[in-house]
Amino acid sequence: MTLSRPQVHNEGRAKRPTFMRTFKNLPIALFFLLPTVVILGTFNFYPALYSLYLSFFEWNGVSPKRPFVGLDNYQRLFSSSEFWNSLQVTVIYAAAMTVAALALGMIVAVLLNQDIRGRALYRALYFLPVITPTVAAGVVWKYLFDPSQGVINRFLAGSGITGPSWLTDPSWALVAIVIVGVWKRVGFNMVVYLAALQGVPRIYYEAAQLDGASPWQRFRFVTLPLLAPSTFFLTVTALIDAFQVFDLVYVMTQGGPLKSTDVIGYYLYRYGFRYYELGFASAIAYVMFALIFVVTLIQFRLSRGGAQGEN
Amino acid sequence: MKTNPLRSVLTHLLLLTGAFISAMPFLWMVTTSLKPAGVLYQAPLLIPTYFEWSNYVEAWKAAPFPRFFLNSAIMTIGITLGQTLFSAMAGYAFARLRFPGRDVLFFLILGTMMIPFPVTLIPSFLIIADLGWLDTYQALIVPRVVSAFAIFLFRQFFLSIPQELEEAALIDGANRVVIFARIILPLSTPVMAASAIFSFLFAWNDFLWPLIVTNSTEMRPIQVGLAFFQGQYGIFWTLLMAATVLATIPAILAFLVAQQRFIEGITSSGLKG
Repeated sequence: MTLSRPQVHNEGRAKRPTFMRTFKNLPIALFFLLPTVVILGTFNFYPALYSLYLSFFEWNGVSPKRPFVGLDNYQRLFSSSEFWNSLQVTVIYAAAMTVAALALGMIVAVLLNQDIRGRALYRALYFLPVITPTVAAGVVWKYLFDPSQGVINRFLAGSGITGPSWLTDPSWALVAIVIVGVWKRVGFNMVVYLAALQGVPRIYYEAAQLDGASPWQRFRFVTLPLLAPSTFFLTVTALIDAFQVFDLVYVMTQGGPLKSTDVIGYYLYRYGFRYYELGFASAIAYVMFALIFVVTLIQFRLSRGGAQGEN
Repeated sequence: MKTNPLRSVLTHLLLLTGAFISAMPFLWMVTTSLKPAGVLYQAPLLIPTYFEWSNYVEAWKAAPFPRFFLNSAIMTIGITLGQTLFSAMAGYAFARLRFPGRDVLFFLILGTMMIPFPVTLIPSFLIIADLGWLDTYQALIVPRVVSAFAIFLFRQFFLSIPQELEEAALIDGANRVVIFARIILPLSTPVMAASAIFSFLFAWNDFLWPLIVTNSTEMRPIQVGLAFFQGQYGIFWTLLMAATVLATIPAILAFLVAQQRFIEGITSSGLKG
């Protein structure tokens, strides 16, 4: 689960001690930070740079020969229809999952933000999918989507609808994965929205009601703007997670049928760990990195624009 | 605001529908895991009416599940202990010590949360291979004993503890390590619990990294074992669901035990961000 990127507090700024004094603390600070620095350095910072480096080489991971190929891997990537398919699949998954889970999470939070019986139980039930192992969830849903005996199609048949073949139908497999992604995300969004709603003073709603605002208007002009910071946080985290989706695809479809669920995470896995094209897979990884970075940047821009508009 | 009975009924109707969809996969999983294979497709599908516990015994024997559980337990305990201790230490340094480069380092550490895991995947794998750690517990544990998110949680918590507590001890000549161990850690049980539950669920549910660094069946954690079991026993729905229930139970138990802390952790990080 990816969570927030909080701001750095500079509580030491006001009375900045002398450089000498801060230097004195260095050995003890080093002691406290050593495990963190060593592990993050070895398994985060260094790999992040090294995979950029690798993306300029052609290498199978074991061969002593590792020719430098410049931008060839990227060129091959951008001219490969497989890559564009994978990108499209990922973007559709990310957009559909994020939007649906935001909307549903918000609806559930608004419904639960009332004086109703069984609130704690509802909250726990909605949250259960969030903590369920993705592999286990994928396994179960795979069978729920079984075309003939799965619960979903049997339920649809009961309503007189012939359900699709879901995971074996190229036009439905991605829909199925999105449904599972949403199912697993709603509870998280709900919890964050609920906490935000509980921080909204009652008086806002009372004032709006006095002004004759309808329930919809109260939602639209009081609740929605007040939830904007949470929406921003949830959108960014959901998109970052969605661009990396892997477990569900691995368990449910292995990227198929006909590459209709070949998300970028799975595409990278295939090239890195099935075909051992480490240079090419690193180029995929970096394009993914760039994509997530750009999406996050756009989100920050949009949210700053939105915040200014409201003030 | 007065509660209108119609509105209340409607609210419950909507919430129940959603809750049913949330819970349906669990109901089906448990019901199926307890059915004799012969009545697999017969209703009821979502309410257990048969109790064929032998499915669990059979599933448990069909693959080395005891070993998968042991592997997951070792990995989960290692990661949870490591993340809790190391994040508490780092969080303390960031909250209490002034040293050159502190803010830059903190920013960089939080920045690692922005690096998508697949970007570090291949080089991390190569490092583990170079160390000769493939297919070992070290490979499963060591790269993940630090959590930027947990460091953030601990730092926020330590900033809320009054400095006076430590100043007295400092004047008495106690050093920072002693203060951390004797004064700060004992005060930190709430945040330790929150951090530990995140670590536990992360480690228990993790899949991609263990998939890549384990080769032998004996070293697979439960989620990887389950994914392979599905490949081999996919047609035996009852056994597969029994195995899935077993793989899910520890995560659900951990959540139920620490639900409040877990949700507080999410909301505090999400809102103050």
